[in-house]
Amino acid sequence: MRVEGLQTVGSGLLTLGLVAVAVALSLYQRLDLEKDIGVAVVRSFVQLAAIGYVIDYVFGLESLGAVALLLAGMVMFAAWTSARRASGVPRSFIVAAGAIGVAAVATLGVLLLLHIVPPTARYLIPLGGMVIGNSMNTASLTLTRLRDDIGEQRPKVEAALALGATSHQAVAPILKTALQRALIPLIDATKTTGIIFLPGAMVGMIIAGADPLEAVRLQIVVLYMLLGSVSIAAILVGLLSYRSFFTPRHQLKTAPLEN
Amino acid sequence: MPGGSITAVVGPSGAGKSTLLRTVNRLIEPTAGEVYLDGEPTSGMDPLALRRRVGMVFQLPALFGATVEEATLYGARLAGKDADAGRLLEMAGLDASFKDKAPQALSVGEQQRVSIARALALEPEALLMDEPTSALDEAARRRIEDLIRELNASLGLTLVVVSHDLDQVERVADRVVVLVRGRSEGEWDRDEFFSGPGERARRYIAGRL
Repeated sequence: MRVEGLQTVGSGLLTLGLVAVAVALSLYQRLDLEKDIGVAVVRSFVQLAAIGYVIDYVFGLESLGAVALLLAGMVMFAAWTSARRASGVPRSFIVAAGAIGVAAVATLGVLLLLHIVPPTARYLIPLGGMVIGNSMNTASLTLTRLRDDIGEQRPKVEAALALGATSHQAVAPILKTALQRALIPLIDATKTTGIIFLPGAMVGMIIAGADPLEAVRLQIVVLYMLLGSVSIAAILVGLLSYRSFFTPRHQLKTAPLEN
Repeated sequence: MPGGSITAVVGPSGAGKSTLLRTVNRLIEPTAGEVYLDGEPTSGMDPLALRRRVGMVFQLPALFGATVEEATLYGARLAGKDADAGRLLEMAGLDASFKDKAPQALSVGEQQRVSIARALALEPEALLMDEPTSALDEAARRRIEDLIRELNASLGLTLVVVSHDLDQVERVADRVVVLVRGRSEGEWDRDEFFSGPGERARRYIAGRL
Protein backbone atom coordinates (compact mmCIF):
# COMPACT_ATOMS: atom_id res chain seq x y z
CA MET A 1 0.00 0.00 0.00
CA ARG A 2 1.25 3.50 -0.81
CA VAL A 3 0.20 6.35 1.35
CA GLU A 4 -1.17 9.13 -0.79
CA GLY A 5 0.86 12.33 -0.98
CA LEU A 6 3.89 10.99 0.90
CA GLN A 7 7.15 11.25 -1.06
CA THR A 8 9.32 8.75 0.77
CA VAL A 9 12.84 9.93 -0.02
CA GLY A 10 12.01 13.61 -0.26
CA SER A 11 9.98 13.69 2.96
CA GLY A 12 12.75 11.96 4.87
CA LEU A 13 15.24 14.60 3.78
CA LEU A 14 12.83 17.45 4.53
CA THR A 15 12.13 16.24 8.10
CA LEU A 16 15.87 15.84 8.56
CA GLY A 17 16.04 19.58 7.87
CA LEU A 18 14.07 20.12 11.10
CA VAL A 19 16.60 17.98 12.97
CA ALA A 20 19.36 20.15 11.46
CA VAL A 21 17.67 23.22 12.96
CA ALA A 22 17.66 21.49 16.36
CA VAL A 23 21.35 20.59 16.00
CA ALA A 24 22.19 24.18 15.02
CA LEU A 25 20.33 25.47 18.09
CA SER A 26 22.13 22.94 20.28
CA LEU A 27 25.53 24.06 18.93
CA TYR A 28 24.62 27.75 19.27
CA GLN A 29 23.44 27.31 22.87
CA ARG A 30 26.18 24.77 23.74
CA LEU A 31 23.61 22.25 24.96
CA ASP A 32 25.85 19.28 24.01
CA LEU A 33 22.84 17.51 22.52
CA GLU A 34 24.08 17.36 18.91
CA LYS A 35 26.05 14.14 19.30
CA ASP A 36 23.14 12.32 20.92
CA ILE A 37 20.74 13.64 18.28
CA GLY A 38 23.10 12.48 15.54
CA VAL A 39 23.40 9.00 17.03
CA ALA A 40 19.60 8.82 17.40
CA VAL A 41 19.07 9.84 13.74
CA VAL A 42 21.52 7.27 12.39
CA ARG A 43 20.47 4.46 14.72
CA SER A 44 16.75 4.92 14.15
CA PHE A 45 17.28 4.95 10.36
CA VAL A 46 19.39 1.79 10.37
CA GLN A 47 17.15 -0.03 12.87
CA LEU A 48 13.89 0.88 11.16
CA ALA A 49 15.22 -0.04 7.74
CA ALA A 50 16.47 -3.36 9.10
CA ILE A 51 13.26 -4.19 10.95
CA GLY A 52 11.30 -3.22 7.82
CA TYR A 53 13.13 -5.89 5.84
CA VAL A 54 12.88 -8.41 8.70
CA ILE A 55 9.11 -7.89 9.08
CA ASP A 56 8.67 -8.08 5.31
CA TYR A 57 10.61 -11.37 5.31
CA VAL A 58 8.59 -12.81 8.22
CA PHE A 59 5.33 -11.78 6.51
CA GLY A 60 6.49 -13.75 3.49
CA LEU A 61 7.22 -16.87 5.56
CA GLU A 62 3.63 -16.97 6.86
CA SER A 63 4.90 -18.97 9.84
CA LEU A 64 3.84 -18.31 13.43
CA GLY A 65 7.10 -19.90 14.61
CA ALA A 66 9.06 -17.15 12.85
CA VAL A 67 6.81 -14.52 14.50
CA ALA A 68 7.43 -16.06 17.93
CA LEU A 69 11.18 -16.13 17.29
CA LEU A 70 11.21 -12.47 16.25
CA LEU A 71 9.20 -11.46 19.34
CA ALA A 72 11.52 -13.51 21.59
CA GLY A 73 14.50 -11.68 20.08
CA MET A 74 12.80 -8.35 20.80
CA VAL A 75 12.18 -9.40 24.44
CA MET A 76 15.87 -10.28 24.85
CA PHE A 77 17.01 -6.97 23.40
CA ALA A 78 14.52 -5.08 25.61
CA ALA A 79 15.71 -6.95 28.72
CA TRP A 80 19.33 -6.22 27.84
CA THR A 81 18.56 -2.50 27.45
CA SER A 82 16.67 -2.44 30.76
CA ALA A 83 19.43 -4.30 32.60
CA ARG A 84 22.03 -1.87 31.29
CA ARG A 85 20.01 1.07 32.62
CA ALA A 86 19.68 -0.66 35.99
CA SER A 87 23.38 -1.28 36.55
CA GLY A 88 24.07 -2.34 40.10
CA VAL A 89 20.89 -4.38 40.39
CA PRO A 90 21.89 -8.06 40.55
CA ARG A 91 20.14 -10.44 38.15
CA SER A 92 18.44 -7.49 36.43
CA PHE A 93 18.62 -9.10 32.97
CA ILE A 94 16.80 -12.25 34.07
CA VAL A 95 14.24 -10.24 36.04
CA ALA A 96 13.56 -7.87 33.11
CA ALA A 97 13.45 -10.69 30.55
CA GLY A 98 11.03 -12.68 32.73
CA ALA A 99 8.73 -9.73 33.41
CA ILE A 100 8.68 -8.41 29.81
CA GLY A 101 8.29 -11.93 28.44
CA VAL A 102 5.37 -12.80 30.72
CA ALA A 103 3.68 -9.46 29.96
CA ALA A 104 4.03 -10.03 26.20
CA VAL A 105 2.85 -13.64 26.27
CA ALA A 106 -0.07 -12.86 28.59
CA THR A 107 -1.42 -9.90 26.62
CA LEU A 108 -0.92 -11.34 23.14
CA GLY A 109 -2.33 -14.64 24.43
CA VAL A 110 -5.50 -12.95 25.66
CA LEU A 111 -5.88 -11.04 22.38
CA LEU A 112 -5.58 -14.29 20.43
CA LEU A 113 -7.71 -16.49 22.72
CA LEU A 114 -10.58 -13.99 22.74
CA HIS A 115 -10.28 -13.62 18.93
CA ILE A 116 -9.72 -9.89 19.26
CA VAL A 117 -6.96 -10.08 16.66
CA PRO A 118 -6.29 -12.79 14.08
CA PRO A 119 -3.16 -14.94 14.53
CA THR A 120 -1.16 -13.33 11.75
CA ALA A 121 2.23 -11.63 11.61
CA ARG A 122 0.54 -8.40 10.46
CA TYR A 123 -1.08 -8.01 13.92
CA LEU A 124 1.25 -9.89 16.24
CA ILE A 125 4.52 -8.18 15.33
CA PRO A 126 3.44 -4.53 15.67
CA LEU A 127 1.29 -5.16 18.74
CA GLY A 128 3.99 -7.31 20.33
CA GLY A 129 6.55 -4.61 19.61
CA MET A 130 4.41 -2.03 21.39
CA VAL A 131 3.90 -4.26 24.43
CA ILE A 132 7.61 -5.12 24.64
CA GLY A 133 8.82 -1.55 24.12
CA ASN A 134 6.50 -0.04 26.70
CA SER A 135 7.17 -2.82 29.22
CA MET A 136 10.89 -2.22 28.74
CA ASN A 137 10.59 1.47 29.62
CA THR A 138 8.56 0.69 32.71
CA ALA A 139 10.90 -2.11 33.77
CA SER A 140 13.88 0.28 33.53
CA LEU A 141 12.06 2.94 35.56
CA THR A 142 11.02 0.46 38.25
CA LEU A 143 14.49 -1.06 38.56
CA THR A 144 16.42 2.22 38.74
CA ARG A 145 13.90 3.78 41.11
CA LEU A 146 14.02 0.78 43.44
CA ARG A 147 17.83 0.75 43.40
CA ASP A 148 18.12 4.48 44.14
CA ASP A 149 15.40 4.56 46.80
CA ILE A 150 16.71 1.54 48.70
CA GLY A 151 20.15 3.16 48.62
CA GLU A 152 18.87 6.49 49.92
CA GLN A 153 16.46 5.10 52.48
CA ARG A 154 18.78 2.50 53.89
CA PRO A 155 18.32 3.69 57.51
CA LYS A 156 14.55 3.27 57.20
CA VAL A 157 14.85 -0.22 55.77
CA GLU A 158 17.30 -1.22 58.50
CA ALA A 159 15.07 0.23 61.22
CA ALA A 160 12.13 -1.83 59.96
CA LEU A 161 14.24 -5.01 59.75
CA ALA A 162 15.54 -4.42 63.28
CA LEU A 163 11.93 -4.37 64.49
CA GLY A 164 11.30 -7.84 63.08
CA ALA A 165 9.94 -6.84 59.66
CA THR A 166 10.57 -9.23 56.76
CA SER A 167 12.45 -7.95 53.70
CA HIS A 168 9.12 -7.57 51.93
CA GLN A 169 7.52 -5.63 54.79
CA ALA A 170 10.59 -3.41 55.12
CA VAL A 171 10.70 -2.58 51.41
CA ALA A 172 6.92 -2.34 50.84
CA PRO A 173 6.63 1.48 51.06
CA ILE A 174 9.60 1.93 48.70
CA LEU A 175 8.22 -0.66 46.28
CA LYS A 176 4.87 1.11 46.28
CA THR A 177 6.34 4.50 45.34
CA ALA A 178 8.62 2.94 42.72
CA LEU A 179 5.67 1.22 41.00
CA GLN A 180 3.48 4.31 41.22
CA ARG A 181 6.15 6.51 39.68
CA ALA A 182 6.87 4.00 36.94
CA LEU A 183 3.22 3.55 35.99
CA ILE A 184 1.85 7.08 36.40
CA PRO A 185 3.11 8.33 32.98
CA LEU A 186 1.21 5.59 31.14
CA ILE A 187 -1.89 5.89 33.34
CA ASP A 188 -1.96 9.66 32.77
CA ALA A 189 -1.39 9.24 29.04
CA THR A 190 -4.31 6.79 28.96
CA LYS A 191 -6.54 9.17 30.91
CA THR A 192 -5.87 12.15 28.63
CA THR A 193 -5.75 10.25 25.36
CA GLY A 194 -7.86 11.81 22.63
CA ILE A 195 -7.92 15.17 24.41
CA ILE A 196 -4.28 16.11 24.55
CA PHE A 197 -2.66 13.77 22.11
CA LEU A 198 -3.69 11.27 19.46
CA PRO A 199 -1.86 7.98 19.96
CA GLY A 200 0.52 6.58 17.35
CA ALA A 201 -1.46 3.63 16.10
CA MET A 202 -4.50 5.81 15.45
CA VAL A 203 -2.46 8.56 13.80
CA GLY A 204 -0.88 5.97 11.50
CA MET A 205 -4.21 4.47 10.49
CA ILE A 206 -5.87 7.82 9.84
CA ILE A 207 -2.95 9.02 7.73
CA ALA A 208 -3.01 5.73 5.83
CA GLY A 209 -6.62 6.52 4.91
CA ALA A 210 -8.59 4.35 7.37
CA ASP A 211 -12.00 5.29 8.72
CA PRO A 212 -11.44 7.30 11.97
CA LEU A 213 -13.94 5.13 13.87
CA GLU A 214 -12.10 2.02 12.74
CA ALA A 215 -8.86 3.64 13.92
CA VAL A 216 -10.44 4.39 17.32
CA ARG A 217 -11.51 0.76 17.68
CA LEU A 218 -7.96 -0.47 17.17
CA GLN A 219 -6.59 2.25 19.41
CA ILE A 220 -8.83 1.21 22.30
CA VAL A 221 -7.55 -2.35 21.98
CA VAL A 222 -3.98 -1.03 21.94
CA LEU A 223 -4.52 1.20 24.99
CA TYR A 224 -6.03 -1.49 27.18
CA MET A 225 -3.44 -3.98 26.01
CA LEU A 226 -0.62 -1.58 26.95
CA LEU A 227 -2.15 -0.61 30.27
CA GLY A 228 -2.52 -4.27 31.20
CA SER A 229 0.82 -5.53 29.97
CA VAL A 230 2.90 -2.64 31.29
CA SER A 231 1.32 -2.90 34.73
CA ILE A 232 1.99 -6.65 34.77
CA ALA A 233 5.62 -6.07 33.74
CA ALA A 234 6.21 -3.37 36.38
CA ILE A 235 4.66 -5.37 39.23
CA LEU A 236 6.59 -8.50 38.23
CA VAL A 237 9.85 -6.55 38.03
CA GLY A 238 9.19 -5.08 41.46
CA LEU A 239 8.33 -8.37 43.12
CA LEU A 240 11.20 -10.26 41.48
CA SER A 241 13.92 -7.67 41.95
CA TYR A 242 13.45 -6.41 45.52
CA ARG A 243 14.75 -9.76 46.76
CA SER A 244 18.08 -9.07 45.05
CA PHE A 245 18.74 -6.36 47.61
CA PHE A 246 18.31 -8.72 50.57
CA THR A 247 19.72 -12.01 51.78
CA PRO A 248 17.27 -14.84 52.58
CA ARG A 249 17.88 -14.00 56.26
CA HIS A 250 16.22 -10.58 55.85
CA GLN A 251 19.51 -8.69 55.77
CA LEU A 252 20.14 -5.74 53.49
CA LYS A 253 23.01 -6.52 51.13
CA THR A 254 25.71 -3.93 50.82
CA ALA A 255 27.08 -4.81 47.40
CA PRO A 256 24.30 -3.82 44.96
CA LEU A 257 24.01 -0.36 46.51
CA GLU A 258 27.59 0.66 45.85
CA ASN A 259 27.77 2.27 42.46
CA MET B 1 28.36 -8.56 77.80
CA PRO B 2 27.01 -9.36 81.25
CA GLY B 3 23.21 -9.51 81.52
CA GLY B 4 21.57 -6.50 83.13
CA SER B 5 24.56 -4.23 82.56
CA ILE B 6 25.30 -1.28 80.31
CA THR B 7 28.28 -1.93 78.06
CA ALA B 8 29.79 0.85 75.99
CA VAL B 9 31.65 0.03 72.77
CA VAL B 10 34.25 2.66 71.90
CA GLY B 11 36.90 2.95 69.21
CA PRO B 12 38.12 5.08 66.33
CA SER B 13 35.81 5.45 63.32
CA GLY B 14 36.03 2.47 61.01
CA ALA B 15 36.86 0.16 63.93
CA GLY B 16 33.72 -1.87 63.26
CA LYS B 17 31.58 -0.71 66.20
CA SER B 18 28.35 -0.50 64.18
CA THR B 19 29.18 -3.75 62.40
CA LEU B 20 29.71 -5.50 65.73
CA LEU B 21 26.36 -4.23 66.97
CA ARG B 22 24.60 -5.43 63.80
CA THR B 23 26.03 -8.93 64.10
CA VAL B 24 24.23 -9.23 67.46
CA ASN B 25 20.73 -8.96 65.96
CA ARG B 26 21.97 -10.34 62.64
CA LEU B 27 21.35 -7.32 60.48
CA ILE B 28 24.80 -8.40 59.30
CA GLU B 29 25.97 -12.00 59.27
CA PRO B 30 29.28 -12.45 61.13
CA THR B 31 31.99 -13.70 58.75
CA ALA B 32 33.65 -15.59 61.62
CA GLY B 33 32.83 -16.34 65.22
CA GLU B 34 29.56 -16.79 67.01
CA VAL B 35 27.25 -14.53 69.00
CA TYR B 36 25.48 -16.07 71.99
CA LEU B 37 22.28 -14.80 73.56
CA ASP B 38 21.72 -16.19 77.04
CA GLY B 39 24.17 -18.99 76.26
CA GLU B 40 22.37 -19.91 73.04
CA PRO B 41 24.13 -19.45 69.66
CA THR B 42 22.21 -16.88 67.59
CA SER B 43 23.28 -18.43 64.27
CA GLY B 44 20.68 -21.15 64.80
CA MET B 45 17.85 -18.73 65.53
CA ASP B 46 15.29 -17.30 63.15
CA PRO B 47 16.62 -13.77 62.48
CA LEU B 48 13.19 -12.17 62.84
CA ALA B 49 12.57 -13.86 66.20
CA LEU B 50 16.06 -12.83 67.34
CA ARG B 51 15.43 -9.19 66.38
CA ARG B 52 12.27 -9.22 68.50
CA ARG B 53 14.32 -10.34 71.50
CA VAL B 54 17.12 -7.83 70.91
CA GLY B 55 15.91 -4.31 70.13
CA MET B 56 17.92 -1.67 68.30
CA VAL B 57 18.02 2.11 68.35
CA PHE B 58 19.86 3.96 65.57
CA GLN B 59 21.59 7.30 65.23
CA LEU B 60 18.55 8.75 63.48
CA PRO B 61 15.01 7.78 64.43
CA ALA B 62 13.21 6.47 61.33
CA LEU B 63 9.57 6.42 62.39
CA PHE B 64 6.82 4.73 60.38
CA GLY B 65 3.17 5.73 60.34
CA ALA B 66 0.98 8.82 60.39
CA THR B 67 0.80 9.09 64.19
CA VAL B 68 3.25 8.54 67.03
CA GLU B 69 0.99 5.72 68.24
CA GLU B 70 1.35 3.87 64.91
CA ALA B 71 5.10 4.51 64.98
CA THR B 72 5.37 3.15 68.52
CA LEU B 73 3.41 -0.03 67.77
CA TYR B 74 4.99 -0.78 64.35
CA GLY B 75 7.12 -3.73 65.47
CA ALA B 76 4.61 -5.04 68.01
CA ARG B 77 1.83 -5.11 65.40
CA LEU B 78 4.07 -6.95 62.92
CA ALA B 79 4.58 -9.55 65.65
CA GLY B 80 0.82 -9.76 66.16
CA LYS B 81 1.09 -8.32 69.66
CA ASP B 82 -0.98 -5.58 71.16
CA ALA B 83 0.61 -2.96 73.37
CA ASP B 84 -0.34 0.27 75.10
CA ALA B 85 1.36 3.09 73.19
CA GLY B 86 0.68 5.65 75.93
CA ARG B 87 2.36 3.53 78.60
CA LEU B 88 5.36 2.83 76.32
CA LEU B 89 5.79 6.52 75.57
CA GLU B 90 5.74 7.25 79.30
CA MET B 91 8.42 4.61 79.82
CA ALA B 92 10.51 6.50 77.26
CA GLY B 93 9.93 9.78 79.12
CA LEU B 94 7.24 11.26 76.88
CA ASP B 95 3.71 12.23 77.83
CA ALA B 96 1.07 9.69 76.74
CA SER B 97 -0.74 12.47 74.85
CA PHE B 98 2.07 12.42 72.25
CA LYS B 99 0.52 9.35 70.67
CA ASP B 100 -1.94 11.33 68.53
CA LYS B 101 0.69 13.70 67.15
CA ALA B 102 2.38 13.35 63.77
CA PRO B 103 5.95 12.02 64.14
CA GLN B 104 7.34 14.89 62.04
CA ALA B 105 5.89 17.41 64.52
CA LEU B 106 8.28 16.14 67.21
CA SER B 107 11.84 17.33 67.82
CA VAL B 108 14.62 14.89 66.92
CA GLY B 109 15.18 14.19 70.63
CA GLU B 110 11.49 13.37 71.11
CA GLN B 111 11.52 11.22 67.97
CA GLN B 112 14.49 9.33 69.37
CA ARG B 113 12.44 8.63 72.51
CA VAL B 114 9.64 7.28 70.32
CA SER B 115 12.16 4.98 68.63
CA ILE B 116 13.15 3.73 72.10
CA ALA B 117 9.47 3.24 73.04
CA ARG B 118 8.96 1.33 69.79
CA ALA B 119 11.84 -1.00 70.64
CA LEU B 120 10.44 -1.51 74.17
CA ALA B 121 7.06 -2.49 72.70
CA LEU B 122 8.55 -5.88 71.81
CA GLU B 123 9.65 -6.41 75.43
CA PRO B 124 13.26 -7.12 74.41
CA GLU B 125 15.85 -8.77 76.66
CA ALA B 126 18.55 -6.45 75.38
CA LEU B 127 18.76 -3.13 73.57
CA LEU B 128 21.49 -2.21 71.07
CA MET B 129 22.08 1.50 70.62
CA ASP B 130 24.19 2.79 67.71
CA GLU B 131 25.32 6.34 68.59
CA PRO B 132 21.83 7.12 69.90
CA THR B 133 22.60 10.72 70.87
CA SER B 134 25.03 11.91 68.19
CA ALA B 135 22.25 13.70 66.26
CA LEU B 136 20.97 15.49 69.38
CA ASP B 137 21.83 18.73 71.16
CA GLU B 138 23.46 18.71 74.57
CA ALA B 139 20.25 18.95 76.62
CA ALA B 140 18.46 16.20 74.67
CA ARG B 141 21.61 14.08 74.86
CA ARG B 142 21.67 14.28 78.67
CA ARG B 143 17.99 13.33 78.90
CA ILE B 144 18.51 10.25 76.70
CA GLU B 145 21.49 9.26 78.88
CA ASP B 146 19.27 9.49 81.98
CA LEU B 147 16.67 7.37 80.20
CA ILE B 148 19.28 4.72 79.37
CA ARG B 149 20.26 4.41 83.06
CA GLU B 150 16.62 4.42 84.09
CA LEU B 151 15.63 1.60 81.71
CA ASN B 152 18.56 -0.44 82.95
CA ALA B 153 17.62 0.11 86.59
CA SER B 154 13.86 -0.34 86.32
CA LEU B 155 13.60 -3.11 83.70
CA GLY B 156 16.95 -4.83 84.27
CA LEU B 157 17.48 -4.34 80.52
CA THR B 158 20.91 -5.27 79.11
CA LEU B 159 22.20 -2.38 76.99
CA VAL B 160 25.03 -2.14 74.50
CA VAL B 161 25.77 1.45 73.51
CA VAL B 162 28.15 2.47 70.73
CA SER B 163 29.53 5.91 71.48
CA HIS B 164 32.39 8.15 70.42
CA ASP B 165 31.90 10.43 73.43
CA LEU B 166 34.06 9.31 76.37
CA ASP B 167 32.31 11.73 78.76
CA GLN B 168 29.05 10.06 77.86
CA VAL B 169 30.61 6.64 78.38
CA GLU B 170 31.74 7.70 81.85
CA ARG B 171 28.24 8.91 82.72
CA VAL B 172 26.36 5.92 81.34
CA ALA B 173 28.36 2.69 81.12
CA ASP B 174 29.14 -0.05 83.62
CA ARG B 175 31.64 -1.68 81.30
CA VAL B 176 33.75 -0.52 78.36
CA VAL B 177 34.88 -2.55 75.35
CA VAL B 178 37.61 -1.02 73.17
CA LEU B 179 37.50 -1.90 69.49
CA VAL B 180 40.35 -1.07 67.11
CA ARG B 181 40.42 -2.18 63.46
CA GLY B 182 37.80 -4.86 64.00
CA ARG B 183 39.49 -6.40 67.05
CA SER B 184 38.73 -6.10 70.74
CA GLU B 185 41.65 -4.46 72.49
CA GLY B 186 40.26 -5.32 75.90
CA GLU B 187 37.37 -4.62 78.24
CA TRP B 188 37.24 -2.91 81.61
CA ASP B 189 34.84 -1.89 84.33
CA ARG B 190 34.09 1.80 84.05
CA ASP B 191 36.22 2.79 87.03
CA GLU B 192 39.18 0.71 85.81
CA PHE B 193 38.89 2.32 82.38
CA PHE B 194 38.78 5.89 83.60
CA SER B 195 41.37 5.55 86.36
CA GLY B 196 43.63 2.58 86.89
CA PRO B 197 44.53 -0.36 84.63
CA GLY B 198 42.47 0.84 81.64
CA GLU B 199 43.98 4.33 81.73
CA ARG B 200 46.44 3.64 78.90
CA ALA B 201 43.75 2.28 76.58
CA ARG B 202 41.56 5.26 77.45
CA ARG B 203 44.33 7.74 76.57
CA TYR B 204 45.01 5.87 73.31
CA ILE B 205 41.33 6.00 72.34
CA ALA B 206 40.88 9.60 73.45
CA GLY B 207 43.63 10.61 71.03
CA ARG B 208 41.85 8.92 68.14
CA LEU B 209 38.24 9.98 68.55
